[in-house]
Amino acid sequence: MKQSIINKLANLDRRWVFLSMLLAVAIPILLGLEFPETPTQQAINVFDEVERLKEGDRVLLALDYDPSSEGELSPMATSFVLHCAKKKVKMYFLTLYPGGPPMIQQAIQRVILTDFPNLVYGEDYVDLGYKPGYEGVVKVIITNLRELYTTDARGTNIDQIPMCQGVESIQDMDLLIAVSAGYPGCKEWVQYAKTPFPDKINLVAGVTGVQAPYLYPYVPKQLIGLLGAIKGAAEYETLVVGKYIEGEPKAAYQEGRRRMGPQLVAHLLMIFLILAGNTLYFLQSSRTKS
Amino acid sequence: MTERTVWTILILAMIAMAVSRTFLDPSQSAGREYVKQVDGNWVKADMIDRKAGIAQVSYDRSVGLWIAAAFTLCIFSFMYRDNPFYKVAESTVVGVSAAYYMVVGLWTTLVPNLLAKLMPGLIQQWAMPGLSPELEPTGIYYIVPLILGIMLLMRLVPSMSWISLWPLAFIIGTTAGLRMIAYLEADFLSQIENSFIPLIVFTETGIDYWQSFQNTFMIVSILSCLVYFFFSIEHKGAVAGVSKFGIWILMMTFGAMFGMTVMGRIALLAIRLEFLFREWMNIRPY
Repeated sequence: MKQSIINKLANLDRRWVFLSMLLAVAIPILLGLEFPETPTQQAINVFDEVERLKEGDRVLLALDYDPSSEGELSPMATSFVLHCAKKKVKMYFLTLYPGGPPMIQQAIQRVILTDFPNLVYGEDYVDLGYKPGYEGVVKVIITNLRELYTTDARGTNIDQIPMCQGVESIQDMDLLIAVSAGYPGCKEWVQYAKTPFPDKINLVAGVTGVQAPYLYPYVPKQLIGLLGAIKGAAEYETLVVGKYIEGEPKAAYQEGRRRMGPQLVAHLLMIFLILAGNTLYFLQSSRTKS
Repeated sequence: MTERTVWTILILAMIAMAVSRTFLDPSQSAGREYVKQVDGNWVKADMIDRKAGIAQVSYDRSVGLWIAAAFTLCIFSFMYRDNPFYKVAESTVVGVSAAYYMVVGLWTTLVPNLLAKLMPGLIQQWAMPGLSPELEPTGIYYIVPLILGIMLLMRLVPSMSWISLWPLAFIIGTTAGLRMIAYLEADFLSQIENSFIPLIVFTETGIDYWQSFQNTFMIVSILSCLVYFFFSIEHKGAVAGVSKFGIWILMMTFGAMFGMTVMGRIALLAIRLEFLFREWMNIRPY
């Protein structure tokens, strides 16, 4: 009887695992399960670096991701744009991803056009769009922005955009924020922007979970702070919303924390499945030996 | 009951549920997208905008919402088994992506980076009104990438495919050179520099034991991992012990990486389910 149960469980159709994972993620979403977030030092470092900016400072927002990483990175991008808008800094958007321009437009629509309609395009924020060339783009614009960016994403000559006047290169930025999904992304900003000009470039980043372990070695000397995966997004969101939003924030400003509920339940299921799988393996192998 | 019947019933039930939600949802939010106009731009409207009377239904965005929901379900159906719905969705994604990248390539690479440099006047009139019509002194040099690009296309002609090796060699050579220096500076030298940290951290009040432990553990871990990859000495005795500790550190690193990857994948699933429940069906927690 016991042997039969072990065998049945060992040969369980994997679709039951898929179904249980689907439920583990779906039920917390339907129930609106949320947990309080305690920001870690990494998130605090990122927050403090943006806080340090003064009104009118220049911030480059490199949104190097596309829809395939939107789940993790869109909450980070939203929080960064909200934070920058609240600090009244000048935002320069660009992307190294071909699928990135809609992500920039989404972030602008979600935060600036909706909640900061007083911000003027060309004076407070500008969309420089996508440029092909991977790390080559970073390598060039770190010394000469106009070598590659003669116009913005709308086709306006960059010299006719008020906030671009006086910007010769990325070194003129007070802060560089990289929201990145992979290659090209945060690593390339570290390699081709921060490392050659360590005193002129301040770099913080928000990256996917897959990428984060490769980038932690750059902290704190090459990267001031790093938000890793949806957990980092939720922590940073907590800090930004906690300081700047009074009362109940809009759904768009709670995305990170909202997605931590399903994370917790799904991770518990994953731990259970790993333990169950290993237990079954050892039970089976001990039976075979005996 | 055959499997086909089960599938048909399930799909019909889902369509019926979605349609009924669309028509019976008391807030009239399910299956519809609302927009409002801000400074000439149409942006997504929320319930507050609708109550204020400044939002209206966007029919084209609503159709997009239904298509997105249908494709999400088609992709999810692969979890059960491969099927025609999944194939249709997969082929559509591949086709649309290829077309998107082709268009992006034309408008962000060929037009501004090549044609605009060689023929600025013509391109300004045709596609980029913000462009200066004056030919830059270095503009003529862009004939070189044009020739290299044509040589690369020779790959399509079997008898002349050898010509494409020349630009390919140029691309590989420049990329390798560019990356080698960046890796040496940012990863090799800087990482060695970052490893020079005090093993015992002194503060104004005395020794910071936690920071000292962190620094010492990090240095020991780095050295152990390096010993594991050091194959010139046989891993015996003390070396074997250090090497084994290095493996443990590597395994913990891989475990952390796996955990982070899982987190990323779950976030992707969460966003799709949020989309289905909240944006499409308007099922929200109360």
